Amino acid sequence: MTTKNVHIKIDEMKTNNGLVKNLELSIGKVINENYNEPMGPTPMPSVTALRDWDLKLLNKYKAFYMPDCDSCCLCTFGKCDLTAGRRGACGLNIEAQSSRIVTIACSIGAACHSAHSRHLVHHLIEKYGRRYPLDVGGLNIKVEAPITRLVTGIKPETLGDLDDVLAYVEEQITQVLAAAHTGQEANSTDFSSKSLHVGMCDHIGMEVGDIAQISAFNYPKADPEAPLVKLGIGSVDRTKPVIMCIGHNVVPSIGIIDYAKEQKVDDSIEVVGLCCTAHDITRYYTRARIVGPISWELRFIRAGLADIVVLDEQCVRTDVADEAAKVGSPVIAASEKNCVGFKNRTNDSTDAIVDDLVSGRVAGVLILNPDKVGEVAVRVAMKVAPIRKHKNVLPTVDEVVAFAKTCTLCNQCQRNCPQDYAIPAAMKAAATGDISKLTELYEVCIGCGRCEQVCPQKIVIHSLIIKAGEKAMYSEDNLCRSGRGAVSDVEIRSVGGPIVLGEIPGIIAMVGCSNYPKGGKDVYDIAREFASRRYIVVVSGCSAMAAGSYRNSDGQTLYEEFPGGFEAGGVLNVGSCVANSHIAGAAIKVANIFAKRNLRGNYEEIADYIHNRLGAVGLAWGAYSQKAAAIAAGFWRLGVPVVVGPHGSKYRHALMGRKDNPENWNVIDARTGETVNGGPAPEHLFSVMETKEECIVQMSKLVIRPNDTWKGRAGKLSHYIDLHKRYMGVMPDDIHLFIRTPADIPITMKDEIQKILTERNWKETTIPDPTLLPRMVRKMKE
Amino acid sequence: MSCEPWQCAEIAATKKANPIQKPEIAVAMMQKAARPIIIAGSNLTERFMEGRPAIDFIIELAKASKIPVVATAHMVGEFVKRGYHPAAFMNAMAIGQRVVDPTWMGLDGKGHPDLVIMVGMPYYMQALILSGLKHFAPTLKTMTLDNMYHVHASWSFPNASLEVWATNLKVMTTTFGGN
Repeated sequence: MTTKNVHIKIDEMKTNNGLVKNLELSIGKVINENYNEPMGPTPMPSVTALRDWDLKLLNKYKAFYMPDCDSCCLCTFGKCDLTAGRRGACGLNIEAQSSRIVTIACSIGAACHSAHSRHLVHHLIEKYGRRYPLDVGGLNIKVEAPITRLVTGIKPETLGDLDDVLAYVEEQITQVLAAAHTGQEANSTDFSSKSLHVGMCDHIGMEVGDIAQISAFNYPKADPEAPLVKLGIGSVDRTKPVIMCIGHNVVPSIGIIDYAKEQKVDDSIEVVGLCCTAHDITRYYTRARIVGPISWELRFIRAGLADIVVLDEQCVRTDVADEAAKVGSPVIAASEKNCVGFKNRTNDSTDAIVDDLVSGRVAGVLILNPDKVGEVAVRVAMKVAPIRKHKNVLPTVDEVVAFAKTCTLCNQCQRNCPQDYAIPAAMKAAATGDISKLTELYEVCIGCGRCEQVCPQKIVIHSLIIKAGEKAMYSEDNLCRSGRGAVSDVEIRSVGGPIVLGEIPGIIAMVGCSNYPKGGKDVYDIAREFASRRYIVVVSGCSAMAAGSYRNSDGQTLYEEFPGGFEAGGVLNVGSCVANSHIAGAAIKVANIFAKRNLRGNYEEIADYIHNRLGAVGLAWGAYSQKAAAIAAGFWRLGVPVVVGPHGSKYRHALMGRKDNPENWNVIDARTGETVNGGPAPEHLFSVMETKEECIVQMSKLVIRPNDTWKGRAGKLSHYIDLHKRYMGVMPDDIHLFIRTPADIPITMKDEIQKILTERNWKETTIPDPTLLPRMVRKMKE
Repeated sequence: MSCEPWQCAEIAATKKANPIQKPEIAVAMMQKAARPIIIAGSNLTERFMEGRPAIDFIIELAKASKIPVVATAHMVGEFVKRGYHPAAFMNAMAIGQRVVDPTWMGLDGKGHPDLVIMVGMPYYMQALILSGLKHFAPTLKTMTLDNMYHVHASWSFPNASLEVWATNLKVMTTTFGGN
């Protein structure tokens, strides 16, 4: 690919033609054209280059906005009341303002992933050099960076190549964020288009980060049998000093592991992770432990389990330092993005830093050198552990009861609980000595601690819940498959046909955070339902942890019960947040490797293929973050539907099709150029589900695509109808919209469905070769 | 009975719901509407009054008032197994999207609803859908039947105990002529 900043200097050179002295030659960039795939129409697209494609999607899936706030307070003209049609001082209305907030959220998310990747790339180039080769799967992967190739037209081969890719991403994020300034973009749909653009860039940013770290840290490389690693608080050996790493950027944690190995003390300590850092440390070092998602931070610290807390970036509770101080755990802030107010000790001697932290002279330090973080963390943990002796702030059971007796049942805890849990009822029972309701809350609590913040009696409610759930907490000893990274080209070749033809009913990608309405068990249940039905289930991040935290009746976790390959009935953990790129990457590779569509700079065609043919749907059941918004937006632009749990309504909009409007579902038949009805497939691009049951049913419908073969469609409908009957209690009311020919009818349901078709005055249609792009028509209608 | 949002941070509204002080007032407004619909959410089987799930109270009210019900989430099965067939079932956002479309001709194809009555969704989700209706269906009236004040509705009952909630729903049912 390209090489930047070539500088040649020749002091003296004798040639047949003469003598050359003091020749200096500088070249900004050398184009290395060993990537011979033809360039498509939109390499490195600008903010508007794919706008027409966006508008096709956004007209098909109209936004239903749900403003979280009636006013805008982003500039000093405000606050402006935008209620019901009023415009603000800048002229903006509530529709555009709502969409603008989504754009800002997606930009924050994309910036977050991309800045993470930028740090990784800088660090790895410094350590290994620009020419360090990228390798994400050896001979099994030729398409190493499908998103990057698709969007930028660049085929990255070395760490240095990723520089150019990130430069593009950073520029686009800046351009989109600029559009959100007061007095810029005016239109809600154009804001949505910009959200899609920055979401697409987010996917590139994630891909860059993960392929860089897979290559340099030698993570599992597209390995379906990546190791099973320990998961859960109960898996931590509490007799050893415990180093707790929180966040998403693995670099300081690797400093810790390397130092411990060098000093041969790795068997004497426990290195545990929360949030995505947990995934990435186990991809590097299988003896590390995954504790859990962001929700577990307070419970782990308050239970006194951390002898030192190391913070990197993203999803780190901002009160960790205060909480750690209460249990005597020193803190190291290891990221420029999260300095926690600590003094920068990067250039101080290690001995001095260790002494200060062990003695308690300082509660925490900022260290921006990962190797130094490693040494300090290990030495401090080993010295502090025997002093702390698991000091914790959990009350005894008697104290729980005593606290509960002071509760006035004012309901403030429940009214401030994001899940509206019945905390007062649990307190009332606890006051009588029955803590079972508090134990039940432990199972579903997301650990935010908002209940405590409002308690007029100053009851440490969350600590009471942790104490009541202590037994369950220490029994959390499960298994997670270490993040395997990409899906290999070989796997794509094996299943590409069955997926596109509908014989594998679909790909269910479960990603994102832990803001679950009723605990993580829902994630496990959903994943198991689809894996048992031989869908391909892909998981990542906190969802991958929730999926591994429960066991079947034989005592197996999902990762033991189902294979780890990209295959029917497989449950694949791709890894951390940035590994979500491999899910989009797999979809792109189906279009490229199976369908032989050109990849390079050919975004619209590939997205059109995925949207109309590939039965994939994403689920972020507990999505809470701006990063999740950006990830979702990247999938929207690829035409992949995304589902979120009820808290996802706070993303302020849904992108939904109208199955009651037939014209909504027109596609072009690429064989003839005729406009035909492809049916509501997929029905929505971004939808919010209220319950697990509804979610399962909807996802089974959202994998339907216009080009399904009759055999594939019959299989998909069979699952949809069966799940609908089981979870909704009745037959679907829209089955006639998905049957194109009698052959689509599931054979075992023929009589029942035929009756419905007759009642609905159903008429047979053809199975199109569907596209939304006129240029894809092979023979235009005369 | 407080007229602050049940979930305390949901206060970002400049236009707030009028509190319904008596259930008879709610009935009068429902009777005045030409094409009301009730949208019933998933919490109706999780919240109990007088030893019965809230869905039982809503079925009695729907039967007495003859107002068509849209069941959201997976609630259709819960209604059906209690012997009541809702007029429609669909995703909560999907019915919200239809209601803000002025060309939508309602569940029966005969006309757009003029009153949307919501009850029983997760509080924050119902609040956001009501916000969407407030902003983008400005001529529509909305009402909530929960015992939680919903700031974005046109009319909402104030925060109240389960006992008061049960009483309100029963009074409404009997006022409509039910048992």
